[in-house]
Amino acid sequence: MGEIKVKNKDVVVPGEILANGMDFLPSYGTYREGEQILASRLGLVNIEGKVIKLVPLSGVYHPKKGDTIIGPVTEILLSGWRVDTNSAYSAVMNMKDATSEFIARGANLTKYFAIGDYVMVKIINVTSQNLVDLTMKGPGLRKISGGRMIRVNSNKVPRIIGKQGSMVSMIKQYTGCRILVGQNGIVWVSGDEPAKELLAVETIKKIELEAHIPGLTDKVNAFLEGHKDSVKGGVKEQNNGGNNDVR
Amino acid sequence: MHDELKNQVGLLLSKQTRLDGRTNEQYREISVEYGVSKNAEGSARVKIGETEVISGVKMEVMKPYSDRPDAGSLMVNVELNPLSSPEFENGPPSILAIELARITDRCIRESKAIDVKKLCIKSGEKMWMVVIDVCTLNDAGNLFDAVALAAVAAVTDAVFPAFDGEIVDYKNKTSDKLPLSKTPVSTTIYKYGDHLLVDPTSDEEKVYDSRMTVGVLEDGSICSLQKGGDDAIEPDIVVKMIELAKVKSQELRKNL
Amino acid sequence: MTYDKRFDGRAFDEMRPMEAKAGVIKRAAGSGWFKIGNTEAYAAVYGPREMFPRFQQNPEKGVLRCFYSMMPFSSAGDRVRPGPSRRSKEISLVTAKALLPVLDLSEYANSVVDIYIELPQTDAGTRCAGICAASIALADAGIPMKDLVCAISAGKVEDKIILDLNYEEDSHEKGVDIPIAMLHNSKKISLMQLDGEISSEEVAQCIEMVKKASDKLFEVQKEALKGRFRVAGDKNA
Repeated sequence: MGEIKVKNKDVVVPGEILANGMDFLPSYGTYREGEQILASRLGLVNIEGKVIKLVPLSGVYHPKKGDTIIGPVTEILLSGWRVDTNSAYSAVMNMKDATSEFIARGANLTKYFAIGDYVMVKIINVTSQNLVDLTMKGPGLRKISGGRMIRVNSNKVPRIIGKQGSMVSMIKQYTGCRILVGQNGIVWVSGDEPAKELLAVETIKKIELEAHIPGLTDKVNAFLEGHKDSVKGGVKEQNNGGNNDVR
Repeated sequence: MHDELKNQVGLLLSKQTRLDGRTNEQYREISVEYGVSKNAEGSARVKIGETEVISGVKMEVMKPYSDRPDAGSLMVNVELNPLSSPEFENGPPSILAIELARITDRCIRESKAIDVKKLCIKSGEKMWMVVIDVCTLNDAGNLFDAVALAAVAAVTDAVFPAFDGEIVDYKNKTSDKLPLSKTPVSTTIYKYGDHLLVDPTSDEEKVYDSRMTVGVLEDGSICSLQKGGDDAIEPDIVVKMIELAKVKSQELRKNL
Repeated sequence: MTYDKRFDGRAFDEMRPMEAKAGVIKRAAGSGWFKIGNTEAYAAVYGPREMFPRFQQNPEKGVLRCFYSMMPFSSAGDRVRPGPSRRSKEISLVTAKALLPVLDLSEYANSVVDIYIELPQTDAGTRCAGICAASIALADAGIPMKDLVCAISAGKVEDKIILDLNYEEDSHEKGVDIPIAMLHNSKKISLMQLDGEISSEEVAQCIEMVKKASDKLFEVQKEALKGRFRVAGDKNA
């Protein structure tokens, strides 16, 4: 009979023994060595029935098809733009994927996006060599201006968004900020007052730090409630969280 | 390249605040810890917010330079470790590392804080060569002030190793301190548009117009200056920057 | 001559006190700090990130680069001149080779994982301390890895086989130093060097000693990594 050596939500390290016996199945972040299942990365244990997997707690973003990301334009190419994806691989957005407008041959592409402009785009392809293609065609995809960009660990993005966007909605409600979360860990925050923006940023940083701890939603709620007075005039009522272009 | 960031920083400054909520003239939390490296003759760790540097003093006995036979020697070196920032690279010292080292070197040397004559052991034959190395551990902005503070802190911590006239015995430290008669502190004032501020974060460092690094002694006199950044500064603003540096240097000095 | 009592009074198979932390360098993707006795190492991992020069890229998997360096004031003798030396380059090389067997860089074609190791204070065993810190840093950076690498030196002074030589023992005229890196679970050896003169039986004894030590090293590394995720006042910590 097999034996599980760890509990759900334990933090485990590479090489740590998670279970003994053949009746458990190794999944993401784990591997089998003889009778044992071991961790093959730093992560949070997730046991579902007989399946043991790890939820990563750290690591640089890795581009994935279908992800919506935020990044700056870093280079103007012959027929498009290069975008920094906050990963080891930069991405290319072709003219035809950037706009439905006709762009004449030899046009000045900086008119559309200049170096340093931030864009919210979707990854449409990742090749085996990790060449990445982007598009701006899709709901909510656009150039982003104003506000501020912050970086969080991309593994924490699901917690920042929350179930059906509940976490980010809560932050928007309390702070009145507009927030866009890229799956690559770049987050855009824009509010009408610096104090509100700062509260939103601090809340996001807190979620990043405590993402693995149970009862996160209640803690974040309490945090925002406790700081309500630092942002003037009961933002909760006055603004319903800017627009709804969250992911 | 950083137009959006620059606009944002400018917008916040016009509302008397910054990206992390500080006021223009507010430093992050500063800490100084001494004796952090046992083999060094003196050492210190300085943290300003998340910026962290380690400094150490090594002393060697050498022959004095022929043009100054009756003086010892003092040098400051700065290592921008690639360990401390994705922007630092291996290889020969970058221009930033050299500027940082030269500014700090001048601040300590030109203030005559250490009487180099006292570092001479025997005229024309033996002198102490004092090298202060400052190594970065994490660059979260304002290395200028952190490096200078760490260099001075290491000097105040330093004692001579035992020397019998022939061989330096590094294992046995004496209780003789380095002859430090003044403690220069270096403060850098940054200019963004019409605003002056101190202690920038990495983001703020990307978008400033100009900066002035000011070495200040206990009595408020100035011992070094370095203007940096791309924009030229009006003379009256320069004076303002120096005055602000004098005030802020007292705050920095308290941590020593 | 016999070596009856160690210079610092330790038992022959006793390691110096150890301390470790993860996540000490905020700018890095992952970082580690490891202290054993008076030897102290920082390691920071950057990447996977874009690799330059491009001709060094590997289209099959990510490349690991390692840079070992002693801070100029870290040594007991004269100042260590900054910049690479023959010694630091060799240690960088063997450190990378010590860590590679546990790493899975197959997802990171064309990119590079850089490890920087810096020692602010040294008292022998620097390459081993560097490897222990680097191992923490790589795990902290979320790099897929099958195991942690634990490293420590064993060796001999006069007639005694000893563990974890300090500087006095390392530089003893009858001292033999064998730095060994071991994969914690399989106990396979990924770094081994030796200078001095010793019998093959004694080398085998040294390996046995390091096997036992590796379990203790692993515990220290593990606690460092887990400690990073404890939030003050959290009861699940």
